[in-house]
Amino acid sequence: MAKKKLASGATKKTAKPRASKKRASRLKGKDTKERIAELARSVVAMAEREQDPAIQIPVRSLSNIAYNEKSRHLEMGDNEQSRSFFNFGQAKRFMQTLLVASKCNDLIDIGKTASIRQIYYLSKHTIKGTKEKTFDDQSESDPIIEDLEVAVDSLREQLHVFASNRGNLAGPITLVDDGNTLDCAAMGSAGYAVPSIVEADVIQFKKCKAKFILHVEKDTVWRRFHEDRFWQEHNCIVSHGGGQPARGMRRLLRRMHEELKLPVFVLLDNDPWGYYIYSVIKHGSINLAYESRRMAVPEAKFIGVSSFDYDRCDMNDDVKIELDANDIKRAKQIANYPWFKNKRPWQKEIKKMISNGFKMEVEAMISKNLSYLTEEYVPMALKNKKLWLD
Amino acid sequence: MATIPTTQKAPPPRDQLDFAFSDCREGINAARTTTVPQTKADMTAKRTMPKPVVPPKSAGKKNGRTATAESMAKQQREISVSEFFAKNRHLLGFDNKRKALLTTVKEAVDNSLDACEEAGILPDIDIRLKQVDTDRFAVTVRDNGPGIVKQQIPNVFGKLLYGSKFHRLKMSRGQQGIGISAAGMYGLITTGKPIRIVSRTSSRSQAHLYKLAIDTKKNKPDIVADETVDVDWAHGTEVTIELEASYNKGRQSVDEYIELTAIANPHASFTLHPPIGPTLDLPRGTETLPDETKEIKPHPYGIELGTMMKMLKETKSPKLGAFLTNEFSRVSSAVAKKVATQSGATASTWVSSLEPPTIEKVYSSLQKTKLMAPSTNCLAPMGAEAILTGLLKGIKAEFYTASTRPPNVYRGNPFQIEVGLAYGGELGADKHDDDDTGKNGQDRAQSRVIRFANRVPLLYQQSSCCTFKAVLDTKWNNYNLSQASGAMPRAPMVILIHMASVWVPFISEGKEAIADYDEIRKEVKLGISECGRRLNMLLRRKKRKAHFAKRRDVFTKYIDEVVNSARAITTINKEDFRKSLVSLSRKYTAQADMEFDDHGKVVKKEIVGNDMGLADTIIVDHEAPAPSPETLFGDTGKEKSKSGSARKSKKRKKSAKRKSR
Repeated sequence: MAKKKLASGATKKTAKPRASKKRASRLKGKDTKERIAELARSVVAMAEREQDPAIQIPVRSLSNIAYNEKSRHLEMGDNEQSRSFFNFGQAKRFMQTLLVASKCNDLIDIGKTASIRQIYYLSKHTIKGTKEKTFDDQSESDPIIEDLEVAVDSLREQLHVFASNRGNLAGPITLVDDGNTLDCAAMGSAGYAVPSIVEADVIQFKKCKAKFILHVEKDTVWRRFHEDRFWQEHNCIVSHGGGQPARGMRRLLRRMHEELKLPVFVLLDNDPWGYYIYSVIKHGSINLAYESRRMAVPEAKFIGVSSFDYDRCDMNDDVKIELDANDIKRAKQIANYPWFKNKRPWQKEIKKMISNGFKMEVEAMISKNLSYLTEEYVPMALKNKKLWLD
Repeated sequence: MATIPTTQKAPPPRDQLDFAFSDCREGINAARTTTVPQTKADMTAKRTMPKPVVPPKSAGKKNGRTATAESMAKQQREISVSEFFAKNRHLLGFDNKRKALLTTVKEAVDNSLDACEEAGILPDIDIRLKQVDTDRFAVTVRDNGPGIVKQQIPNVFGKLLYGSKFHRLKMSRGQQGIGISAAGMYGLITTGKPIRIVSRTSSRSQAHLYKLAIDTKKNKPDIVADETVDVDWAHGTEVTIELEASYNKGRQSVDEYIELTAIANPHASFTLHPPIGPTLDLPRGTETLPDETKEIKPHPYGIELGTMMKMLKETKSPKLGAFLTNEFSRVSSAVAKKVATQSGATASTWVSSLEPPTIEKVYSSLQKTKLMAPSTNCLAPMGAEAILTGLLKGIKAEFYTASTRPPNVYRGNPFQIEVGLAYGGELGADKHDDDDTGKNGQDRAQSRVIRFANRVPLLYQQSSCCTFKAVLDTKWNNYNLSQASGAMPRAPMVILIHMASVWVPFISEGKEAIADYDEIRKEVKLGISECGRRLNMLLRRKKRKAHFAKRRDVFTKYIDEVVNSARAITTINKEDFRKSLVSLSRKYTAQADMEFDDHGKVVKKEIVGNDMGLADTIIVDHEAPAPSPETLFGDTGKEKSKSGSARKSKKRKKSAKRKSR
């Protein structure tokens, strides 16, 4: 499960509130290729003026996030960090950023797309005269790609980069993916695998009988629902994102919610990470706050698993997983996020988990019996609006 | 004899021995050099030995034992010093065969150096070790000193506690007048061979040859042979002692001793012919003799009340005022008058009429009075330049520094501490050089202390020595060196510590370790700190240089990548871009090329010419040809330092080579 990585590194943050607006106006009306070229030219120009060449990158961390009460999604603020070459701690990442930019530029030129892993391999080589590699691990190149996205204010697909498919769905919906018409009710045991890029030019909705979407946390839980044909019985779409949903899944949820008017319900583990996944689906992630406006589903509802379910559903002791110090710290952090702070039910929920001293997985419900989750727990939760957390 | 413990573990307290020895005062009028004319009467004067103390044995009869005071009295008799030391040879440094060889060489060399310096002759010392049998060696030491007048030879070499150096407060290597005769005695005991002396006082006279045995009972020389011989040297003394010994190389060997002696005595040249292997030739590093030292009177500070009472008894001055001014240094007549009045007497009070309570008052008021520190012309410190010359000659390092502390006083005796420090170079890798190898310094060299007292190397009992304790006390971590608590710093470093004093307080007669006086330890620590601070500057500088060099490497490494990426994106002039990046990388890491001042800050180029601006410090670039001492100090001997470090740094300027990266 991919835990959220916050900002891409310990680069020094320089607050330049107006910079992003400047950048926005500078980049306005230019296509991605031109924006990348702009970036490279400014670096060269700075070197010619005997300045330390630097790339301005908006800060992708909580400190630069604003919660928009009106649209109910996270927005990226105006703080930028300056990544300069002649800074001992940043030199390598500066070089990597330009390198990735040049590879994306190549992709645009030849009109192909590459996965983020392929970008890693495209960019990875041994630096001449040394034993050092430009990248040692994909975990180094992934945040660089995100940095580049925000630096040139282009979406990932505009850079011709995609992530690996993550997340599946099944249900009475027919869609066209890359020209192929697919009935998601007839996709076999694995369901429809959601691709990384799900924009309208790739995926079009053709027919939908579903009334709502049930998004669950991970594959194993989704398999339970799929096997029990939950989507057939309740006339809905069941999806999962394999932990924190990737952008493809989130964007698809948003499109189905917006274009097909389907309400979204989420069923997640009762732990701090579950809360954060809910928050990501609903408001957008901190790391990719600039994408929130096209990904967040502010109407999404949390239907479980709640800290109160242990007593309400009369669970036995065996399902408890003790909270560790890290869990408690994270829970308190989440409770303090502006978009949780003013919601009393959520404060109660998080407080309850901390006072319980344990967390539960969705699978805990299966300990009662195999079909308890799909036949009793979820149907009841869906019917009882009081149990929803907003 | 109950008063003198006989084990080495508990050496007799110095005071006790001092007192016992000073009773021998009458009759010994020192004579070793030709400059002091001696009369026959002096020489043969009857000597009084320490009176044996009658042990209190009153309870004898009660538990049925038969000894009576009378029967015990029959066994109680005088012990000669020679007998005492024949039994307790370890006190003089003859505990084992290996040490015996070293001590013999040491005593002979010390005497030779002292004699040469007093006569103003640049010493040439020739040491020859000849293996006679499995563990029998003949040690021959010859100097080019003034020689010894014929009549004195038997006393100097055949009698313990006979010498010119005991009764004066003057800095010299020998102190007690035991050394060489004890070596002769050891030789006699172990091999039966007498000590052989050849001495010639000038090219106009013939050399005398003596063979002497020591009559241990009477502490008297026993002349075996007395003849004149022809020798091919103009003046000097040659001593040959055959003794049971063993020869080794390495630590605490004769070789090490001679090497260290050469470091502390750069004005002397040494030739060592070991029993096996090549001759060790150590030419002199300077033509300047150490300053001649003056004898001084004791200083009132730190002198004991008992000592003062003894001086009052022996003084030739009839009145208190005269006594104070004549017998002590730094007591003016005004001070004497004041002290006398404060203690209820006057300057003209008869010394003989002083009652003990008054003496006590005089004593305490003397201690309270503010007095000038003892004059220092009795001390001849090696001087920073001589230390540097010596270190440079003997140790291949990268960084050398030396510090001479101002003179101080312990127990009324002036002393002066000097510290030298050699670091890096061939002494071993330096932690700042191999930081990146990830080695935890396990194989890094341990530092080493070399100790000297009045230019004599001290090789044994390091851990009981005051100077060594001061090294352990020092917080080396403050100077960028790693040190486990209570241990020696872990660094490729040699620490030289020299104590110059009119009376070095050794913890035993073997002269192996300096007693731990607070004043001494404090001075040593101060000297070490001074050198440590200078070393720290070097280390800091190296660190910063390495730091910036590393940064430049990083930037340089990525420049091509950045240029290629930019070129792939847009049309640019690759070469121009590269050039501007390279020049920027120079600019941002300029400190890798820069020099640093005392505080590790950047020094502007103009004043960079003369090293770090540190006094008494040399940094050697071993890739460049080794600098010779002449070029380093050139004309130092003549002009005596008043302008201090300014003059020195000027000289460094033309000679000291910068360390290149």
